[in-house]
Amino acid sequence: MRTVNSLIGSPIERVEDLRFLRGRGQYVDDVTREGLLHAAILRSSVAHGRIRSIDTSVALALPGVHSVITAKDIGNRVPRVPMRLQPLPDFEPFGQPVIAETKVRYVGEALALVLADSPAIAEDALGVIEVDIEPLPAVPDRHASAKNESLLFEDVGRNLAIKFRALRGDAAAAFQDAPYVRRESFRVQRHFALPMEPRGLLAEWDAARGRLTVNGGAKVLFFNRRTLARQMGLPESAIEILENDVGGGFGARGEFYPEDFLIPFAARFTGRPVKWTEDRREHLMTVNHAREAECDIEIACRRDGTVLGLRGHAYVDVGAYMRTNGAVSARNIAQFMSGPYRIPNIDIDVALLLTNKTPVGTYRGPGRFETDFFRERLFDMVAQDVGLDRVEFRRRNLVSHREMPYAIATITPYESKDELDSGDYHSTLDRCLEEIGWAEKSKLAGKLIDGRCHGLAVGCFIEGGAAGPKESARIVLEPDGRYTVYVGSSGIGQGLETAFAQIAADALEIPMDRIRGVFHGSTSYVSDGYGAYHSRSVVMGGSAILDAASKLREAIRARAADQLGCPASEVQIVEGSKAVGPRGASVSLTGLSTDGIAAEGAFLNKKHTYTYGAHATHVAVDPKLGHVELLDYVVVEDCGRMINPLTLRGQAIGSVVQGLGGAVMEHLAYDEQGQLLTGSLADYLIPTASDFPNIRAVVLENHPSPINPLGAKGAGEGGIIAAGGVMANAVANALGAFRVEPRQLPLTPAYIWELVQAGSRRAAE
Amino acid sequence: MSVRFEVNGKPVAVTVEPRTTLADCLRHQLRLTGTHLGCEHGVCGACTVLVDGAAVRSCLMLAVQAEGAKIVTVEGLSEDRDLTPLQKSFRKHHALQCGFCTPGMITTAHALLSEEPDCDAARVREVLSGNLCRCTGYISIVEAVLDARAAYKPKERARDRA
Amino acid sequence: MKLPPFEYACPTTLPEAVQLLAAGDGEAKALAGGQSLVPMLAFRLAQPKLLVDLRKLADLRGIRISEKGVALGAMVRWREIEDDARLDTAHPLLKAAVAHVAHYQIRNRGTVGGSMAHADPAAEMPGIAMTCDAEIAVVGKSGARVIQAADFFQGPLTTALTPDEIIVEIRLPHWPASRRWGFEEFARRRGDFALGAAAVFYDQHQSGKATNAHVGAIGVADRPLRLDAVEAVINGQRVDEATIAKAEAAASASVDPQSDIHASGAYRRALIGTLVERALKRAAA
Repeated sequence: MRTVNSLIGSPIERVEDLRFLRGRGQYVDDVTREGLLHAAILRSSVAHGRIRSIDTSVALALPGVHSVITAKDIGNRVPRVPMRLQPLPDFEPFGQPVIAETKVRYVGEALALVLADSPAIAEDALGVIEVDIEPLPAVPDRHASAKNESLLFEDVGRNLAIKFRALRGDAAAAFQDAPYVRRESFRVQRHFALPMEPRGLLAEWDAARGRLTVNGGAKVLFFNRRTLARQMGLPESAIEILENDVGGGFGARGEFYPEDFLIPFAARFTGRPVKWTEDRREHLMTVNHAREAECDIEIACRRDGTVLGLRGHAYVDVGAYMRTNGAVSARNIAQFMSGPYRIPNIDIDVALLLTNKTPVGTYRGPGRFETDFFRERLFDMVAQDVGLDRVEFRRRNLVSHREMPYAIATITPYESKDELDSGDYHSTLDRCLEEIGWAEKSKLAGKLIDGRCHGLAVGCFIEGGAAGPKESARIVLEPDGRYTVYVGSSGIGQGLETAFAQIAADALEIPMDRIRGVFHGSTSYVSDGYGAYHSRSVVMGGSAILDAASKLREAIRARAADQLGCPASEVQIVEGSKAVGPRGASVSLTGLSTDGIAAEGAFLNKKHTYTYGAHATHVAVDPKLGHVELLDYVVVEDCGRMINPLTLRGQAIGSVVQGLGGAVMEHLAYDEQGQLLTGSLADYLIPTASDFPNIRAVVLENHPSPINPLGAKGAGEGGIIAAGGVMANAVANALGAFRVEPRQLPLTPAYIWELVQAGSRRAAE
Repeated sequence: MSVRFEVNGKPVAVTVEPRTTLADCLRHQLRLTGTHLGCEHGVCGACTVLVDGAAVRSCLMLAVQAEGAKIVTVEGLSEDRDLTPLQKSFRKHHALQCGFCTPGMITTAHALLSEEPDCDAARVREVLSGNLCRCTGYISIVEAVLDARAAYKPKERARDRA
Repeated sequence: MKLPPFEYACPTTLPEAVQLLAAGDGEAKALAGGQSLVPMLAFRLAQPKLLVDLRKLADLRGIRISEKGVALGAMVRWREIEDDARLDTAHPLLKAAVAHVAHYQIRNRGTVGGSMAHADPAAEMPGIAMTCDAEIAVVGKSGARVIQAADFFQGPLTTALTPDEIIVEIRLPHWPASRRWGFEEFARRRGDFALGAAAVFYDQHQSGKATNAHVGAIGVADRPLRLDAVEAVINGQRVDEATIAKAEAAASASVDPQSDIHASGAYRRALIGTLVERALKRAAA
């Protein structure tokens, strides 16, 4: 007799690994079809201009080139990329046409689509398409944008997409008599997700049956299908979007991009299957950028360090268009600047400013990474000013578990109220300090040892998860007695097949190997799916699975009751393999139905969960080289309930390393003409195995979430959120003698060196 | 041009354009899609294969340059029924998430461990710094490679039983 | 990023290879390890009509060590240098620099000659060649000639080679066992192109004073440099703290590096000073 619920919480080795380790994964570029045409996209090398002409005649004459599609081939109105999140009317005019019509607005914008017999020939053809663009003055940054001298959308008359405002209490009153006020400006650089697999699509149009099949979906396949159906004038039921193995997403992959229309359109246009595989140079200039934000903020405190209020302005450079989720990070910057802290009075506005750069979208911990950096830097500066220990300052201001649920600032427009659900933020701070050995290591702070200055820092974070509104799952008891699980959640490498198998197996009271498989993402699997974003998969998908399991057991009992001749309420399912009646008669679940028994389940949710925790770091900075060596890094996170500790730890560490990359080395750099200078992976630097070898993750389950049956909170983004603030504070702590105060990211060697020079000059004066 | 070489122990003969990379030849002509393309400019390492025993970026090698060579891909480092000791170690340590960089990690680790079964953590990190991963943060990968060293050490003779 | 179309030849003799390059009329390129050339093709920054693969040319192979010094065949791969124990004493500076070149997989294929011909201003091998007064033996349609390192590097990715010429060998002068040396490089990440690197050596007179100082700087100009001003500071002096401090200042003063997305010119200027200082400290230790 097996114990129930023995799989949830176990560090089970992943099912997915069996194919990935053998090179038998199937990613979209691994898929092929007979009669394929290969697509390549001609992209603008001008950041801002009016299209005079596109001459495709030479390209069309190349042997192996089948056709070249431009805006005129698409019809009267070229479809726009829709907004999926916060689709406010303010954003309407700024939607991106799936292919450039009259203007180009960023380097990388699609101008033409070539279809050819091979990817190489398609790329050859790009080189001989003649494009005549009348250049217009580029809007390279948020300052130029705000001036409105050069407009991206002349008929709209402004480059400001919208301003959000976060309000709580009465900031004006709080600042009026505040004993202590400090004002600062901070900046985070443009960087992005960069999953290891570039994007790809393979679309097939079955003219006879009027059906479209698209391989290459990820993240939000159901929304994308709805969008594509509308754009192609097809019923949703005529389109199937399939999810293959996906090489990472982190928020960027899977959103609806221009290619998500262009490639299916090309398949219908030519009547042949069309395959497109993005290359890395393209990826750098087309996949949603993120993180570029600045702020001017003020904090008001009592002399004892109690924070009274936070107010100011933030500015987000959103690029040339508002795409599917382009407003999310900006809104989060304003709404979550308070983080896990008690800040009773808040008035922060955030302006979304259009520029001639690649449009932005969400990237793991969107807006939260930026706003955490702003706030945690400010806290360390203030603590020093008022003479309070940095840890004590945080303790004094963290929201306590007694205050939960704690309402954070409200956002307008798109009224969004949110509250911190449950948790003991002080406990994770304490645990983090203990793990890193704060008391001992503090003695090294600011000391120069072997030519390097040592520094420490700690920071606290919250991570929002479990975005609703709904997720669906379907479980089938197969004729052979095994179970198949289908779920609307999307796999992007996070190990859903294993985690969901654990949840389903526990709910069905069976060993994991009785689960035939977990099938996720593709639109054919469930009737109404939502996908993977905002750390929702375990909470939403997992809870939907619980609901489906419960409904399936009812259906099994009902079917068995017929055979046993008793009421369904008197049937017991034993070990998930047989159904037993009140007098001991039993029937095997194998062959209970010749075509299987299925049940659908769902979970609806309107509230967010908040995973929370703390990061601490110990660094050694070489003041002459500006190099930061990571000696130790600890992340402590309470995620409510762990489904699989092995995969959760993996998520935490992976997330931290991404955060460190953003803190220290990643940068999508542009020049004044809107040219993207970071054109390859030799320029866009991400962490490698030798950069950050000392990272530890401690994951706790002290405060389950009250809002879902699993008690889980969404996890996976917390590791990234605090990294920027913590690293900058550690560098400031290390280089205190040089009066170094970082106010921007990334903390490159050259930037740190410049701060040391500037600080030394100030000290000398 | 026609080229003959050996892949995973089997002789192959292909006809390629000179510009076809070894990576594309393996993936699309030989349908060995385990070798992945993450950048096509020699930085990410996802395309790593073994050429005459040496770990090589197959996106930087022309298929025509493989004439007469012995190529081993991740498929050639796998068995049908069981995972190899290196693969088992990766799985045990959760050294992969999305799996895209994994074939390159496996081939590179195999080359390193075959040559240096006594390598230490610093050496493992140094060698793997030519393979980019965006999911794991590398710590579990280094743990997995270190744990797999035992399987690559020459068998010691059994000591006399006391 | 598929490669642009080209013809391919794989000659078996050096004269054949030269003939193919000469006939290409500037549109043929030699293919050595491919680790620098193929990425350029992938970005379509170069679109040669013909690639001439040098892999079958026996004349370009081998590391020969004699009392004259170290001769590296142009097709010697980084891996061979790493694995050649003789170089620990025959040329420790070369070994130290090669340890910084790129990554494991690239070191299995990349060649000495390829790196020299590519002439990236931030690459280690051109820097070592300049620092050590290397001679580059080449063969072209007009025959064989020897080019001094100081004349070889003419600008970013530009050398004195004519389109028909192939590097046969790089000759480094004899390295005395008692020589003092240091190599310091700083890159953003391990294996990246250097933000800067300093290669220094000197011999010691009986008096303890330095002589024959050679100071090379990588990544601070459009080609590798010899820093004469720094050498002048070192020669005839004991390499002590005072000399090293002067050398650091002289190094920074003698360069005028460009800014780019990775670092400002001011930073690079200070960096080379620091690296020269650290290399000299190592040498003097």
